Amino acid sequence: MGRLLAAVLLALLSCLAGAVDYPPVAAGRPLAFPRDFGSHPDFRNEWWYVTGWAKDREGRDYGFQVTFFRHRPGVAEDNASAFAPRQLLFAHVALTDAAGGRLHHDQRAARAGFGLAEAKVGDTGAWIGDWRLERQGETYRARIAARDFALELDFSPTQGPMLQGEGGYSRKGPLPRQASYYYSLPHLAVSGAVAVDGQRRPVSGTAWLDHEWSSEGLAPGAVGWDWVGINLKNGGALMAFRLRDRSGATLWTAGSWRDPHGEVRVFAPGEVAFTPRRRWRSTASGAEYPVAMAVRVPGLALDLEPLVDDQEVDGRRSTRAIYWEGAVRAFRDGQEAGVGYLELTGYWQPLKL
Amino acid sequence: MPSLYLAPEVRRLALASQGWRGLVAVLALALGVALGYGVHRVHSAAVAETEGAARRLAGQADLVVRAVDGGMDEALYPRLATRPEVAAASPALELEAKVPAKADDRRRERLRILGLDIFRASELQPILAALPEPTDVLRPDRLFLNPAAMAWLGVRPGDRVTVQAGVREVALQVAGTVDLPGRPLAVMDIAGAQAAFGSLGRLSRIDLRLREGVGQDQAARDLASLLPVGARIELPTARARQAAEFTRAYRVNLDMLALVALFTGGLLVFSSQALAVVRRRRQLALLRTLGLTRRELVVLLLGEAAVLGVVGGILGVVLGQGLANLLLATTGADLGGAYFRGLNAHAALHLPAAAAFLGLGTLAAVLGSLAPVLEVAKASPARALRAGDEEELFARHRSPWPGLALVALGGAAAALPAVARLPFFGYAAIVLFLLAAITLLPWVAARLLDLADRLPLNGFAPAHLALAQLRAAAGQVSLALAPLVASVAVAAAMAIMVGSFRHSLEDWLDRLLSADIYLRTGTIGDSAFLPADAQARLAALAGVARIEFRRSLNLSLDPERPPVALLARRVDPRAAERTLPLVGDGRQPDPGRIPVWISEAMQDTYGWQPGQVVELPLGNRPLPVQVAGVWRDYVRSGGSIVINRDDYAAASGDAAANEAAVWVGPGAAESRVAGEMTGLFPAGLVVAEFPGDLKRLSLAIFDRTFAATYALEAAAVAVGLAGLSASFAALVLARRREFGVLRHIGMDRRQVAAMLACQGGLLAGVALAVGLVLGGVLSLVLVHVVNRQSFHWSMDILVPWGPLALFAGSVAGLAVLTAAVSGRLAMRREAALAVREDW
Repeated sequence: MGRLLAAVLLALLSCLAGAVDYPPVAAGRPLAFPRDFGSHPDFRNEWWYVTGWAKDREGRDYGFQVTFFRHRPGVAEDNASAFAPRQLLFAHVALTDAAGGRLHHDQRAARAGFGLAEAKVGDTGAWIGDWRLERQGETYRARIAARDFALELDFSPTQGPMLQGEGGYSRKGPLPRQASYYYSLPHLAVSGAVAVDGQRRPVSGTAWLDHEWSSEGLAPGAVGWDWVGINLKNGGALMAFRLRDRSGATLWTAGSWRDPHGEVRVFAPGEVAFTPRRRWRSTASGAEYPVAMAVRVPGLALDLEPLVDDQEVDGRRSTRAIYWEGAVRAFRDGQEAGVGYLELTGYWQPLKL
Repeated sequence: MPSLYLAPEVRRLALASQGWRGLVAVLALALGVALGYGVHRVHSAAVAETEGAARRLAGQADLVVRAVDGGMDEALYPRLATRPEVAAASPALELEAKVPAKADDRRRERLRILGLDIFRASELQPILAALPEPTDVLRPDRLFLNPAAMAWLGVRPGDRVTVQAGVREVALQVAGTVDLPGRPLAVMDIAGAQAAFGSLGRLSRIDLRLREGVGQDQAARDLASLLPVGARIELPTARARQAAEFTRAYRVNLDMLALVALFTGGLLVFSSQALAVVRRRRQLALLRTLGLTRRELVVLLLGEAAVLGVVGGILGVVLGQGLANLLLATTGADLGGAYFRGLNAHAALHLPAAAAFLGLGTLAAVLGSLAPVLEVAKASPARALRAGDEEELFARHRSPWPGLALVALGGAAAALPAVARLPFFGYAAIVLFLLAAITLLPWVAARLLDLADRLPLNGFAPAHLALAQLRAAAGQVSLALAPLVASVAVAAAMAIMVGSFRHSLEDWLDRLLSADIYLRTGTIGDSAFLPADAQARLAALAGVARIEFRRSLNLSLDPERPPVALLARRVDPRAAERTLPLVGDGRQPDPGRIPVWISEAMQDTYGWQPGQVVELPLGNRPLPVQVAGVWRDYVRSGGSIVINRDDYAAASGDAAANEAAVWVGPGAAESRVAGEMTGLFPAGLVVAEFPGDLKRLSLAIFDRTFAATYALEAAAVAVGLAGLSASFAALVLARRREFGVLRHIGMDRRQVAAMLACQGGLLAGVALAVGLVLGGVLSLVLVHVVNRQSFHWSMDILVPWGPLALFAGSVAGLAVLTAAVSGRLAMRREAALAVREDW
């Protein structure tokens, strides 16, 4: 969702820009923490994006997703009003209840200001009203009271940040400026509770945090993408994505794999392959998604299987798109090798970017 | 034996005998019903439209926090938004933007602009969630117009609209439509609105949605304690109700006029039925002897009246619906009252209202005929069959006491205060005085005719005869006169009231318009104003001897009532009467007190009295002020408060102005100075007006507003005269044999005609004497009770003698003419035949 929202908003809002100079994303700028955990308000877009798996005491599986998205529309920056929309914040949360067999989701949008909605500089902290994601000490805390469910989750890092691309400079297309700053925190230990159907259930599990910021749009010609992030059981982590064009062909790929010893392999364009294994057709939208996907990178082949098939998100109200985003299991040679999240966009209608 | 009254011949006989007197009664009833129903339809269409728009706009808000004087500190917004009972809070800046391109618009419409945070607003208002791209919504110079605004401005998406902010022009681009009903309205980003209209840091409204399970009343109480003095918490429907409240007095007054018309209609039924039963006395008695019971007779006659009522009612509803459509198409929903500017209301046939007014018409007809019918039913058939006892019927009406008792009751009712802020007892007094006059009429008519008998008639036989005949039939004469007396009285009362009002208004305008030039840029509550630098530039112009800047704004003192106007201008506390039309004496403020002068409406609705210390919610602190006097304000019936501009500026920090009064120096030409002043600003932003033009314009508006009343007066008199002529014709017909006898004993046709004309003149004289006296009394009730309690302003009584004399002369002339014509018609038949009849 975060990525999709980013892309769509970028497209919608990009015409607002013009007078504003956004800082470019360039290679060779080393990330520094905790500064880069925080917000980068000069850049056009930024998101903090947590996906994960959790299990309650009865063994029920949940997939969850918490995204805070920041956008600098570049309008009214010289407006003296405290309401001037210099920074916008969006939040999207989702909970897949495997036993209930369905996806709950909710969203919020606000302009930053008055302390009611902000993205903090200097360390991770973003909130809209009482929805908030914040780093306190080493631990990330998410507190979300959505319309028909609630998340009260803490995420403790067990590994250091995994810098994507070249030391955090992650390319999104053939041109050097088509890039973002991007790091991930895989293998976050989850504790806390989810409340669904009026019942609060303590849970534990494992999660993945992405933090990415940039000023550029997507590569021209892209109509959708497939993205996956998997926490491998052995302590390793895999991130991979591809951009697709109108014909379904791959436009750009990227990915990285950190092995249990902390060795990171960054894949060159073309080294990542997504192959649909099974498709599921949504009765609601009629769209067909490759919900079971085979992901191949040099040295690692994973077969993805969704927690439940129906993890379609109707985001027409905010992003004007219907897409699929859900918890998946990863199998290596038929053995469960890890869990993570898969995002499939552009299958309902080409994203009109 | 079957009931005789069911026989069709009997019914036909009964109805046919009503003749064209019945027709006049039907018309009068139709007039009343049409007026009542038409006004009701127009008004309820306007109110429904306003309320619907307010409700649509409020969306899902549970409570609204509103700035009392149009602006509150935006710091309140995060404080409210983070309260545990609040689920969503949507801040808004509301303003009335002046559109210079529409400066000449007849309706003086403003574009209402809502500055919103679209993200917050769409949490409460699903309509706004449907706005297109965030792109345009966030840009500070984009406007989204509702269909009414699109039509009014004649623009389409992509076009530009220029509005006035201060004395600058702000160009905004129409980015799309917003599906909100009602008057012209635009939505734009709150940051853009705050910056463009000089309202940084200010909000006019915060809409709140409460969390589930939180009680509205409890939350309203709890949140109210957080609010500064400049803010107040309301239910979202308060504004809509306020709109209805605003027009209530106006509407009820029109309804009352309709009821007066119905009353006159009922009176006509009364008069025609009474004369009919007199004339048909023997016929009815015959029916009784043939076996018709008393009850059956009553039902028969009341049934006749009911038929008249139903026919009149149906005709009235049809006319009223046409009237409503005509009014909506021509004057708009505001009926010329400017209460509902820019509404596009339409009135469909409303069956319950139609049924109600039809019922009222029927009721008036039945009630009108009740007295004469019961009277005739009581009479013994044997006596009634004897000829010549008609006048006996009226014998017991010769006592003045019941009438005088009604006068006393009317006086008592007039002294009572308003009920629910409406002058119900005032109207009761009017009805009581009318009834009193009708009851007293036979007695008064007899006295007046006695008086006339002492006039030196120089032996002019027709006059003597006329008088003798009338004196012998004073009871019947009174019945014939009742509708004319009522309509003359109502017309005279309205004429005196309107004349007094106009005269007082002229005086008032002369008093207030003392400067040479008036500069105006905006009216209350809108986006146009003169900032400090513009004021300095104006004051520095050559030829300006004195310039006084004025600021006006709306203060909302009570959520259930329309806002009160606060007028900040210069008043010398030691000589306030020099600048303000004070009522009674001013009062020196206590030392150290800030004086204010309140309008009579403040006295009436808020109970403020001279000398009282009250608090005004200005800025963030209540400002204690002392009432130093009461002044007459014919413009703002919702109430107004005058304060010295220095005191206002010190308390509020607001140094802007809406208007300036300019006195030019010796030798300076007013028109040149005015031209130089307006030339300082882009065309159309600042308007210069001269007192003479302003006065003419105000009086023209006044005359237009009361044009409807003049039409009503004319209609009332026409109906009254028609009633008189019908009755007169009936009297003449009834007395054909007398004329026959007169012809036989040597009077010629001309002499008989002269006699009839004399009778007409005498009748008109009686009707005018009684009607004008009654009208005078009614005008006092209208001025001092009805107007005061409805609109809260006083006026000086001025009797328009000239127009009244003209009116009296025309009525008398018409009565003579009517009498002569109906007499001539009645006498077409040969004298011989006439004498033979009935012998």
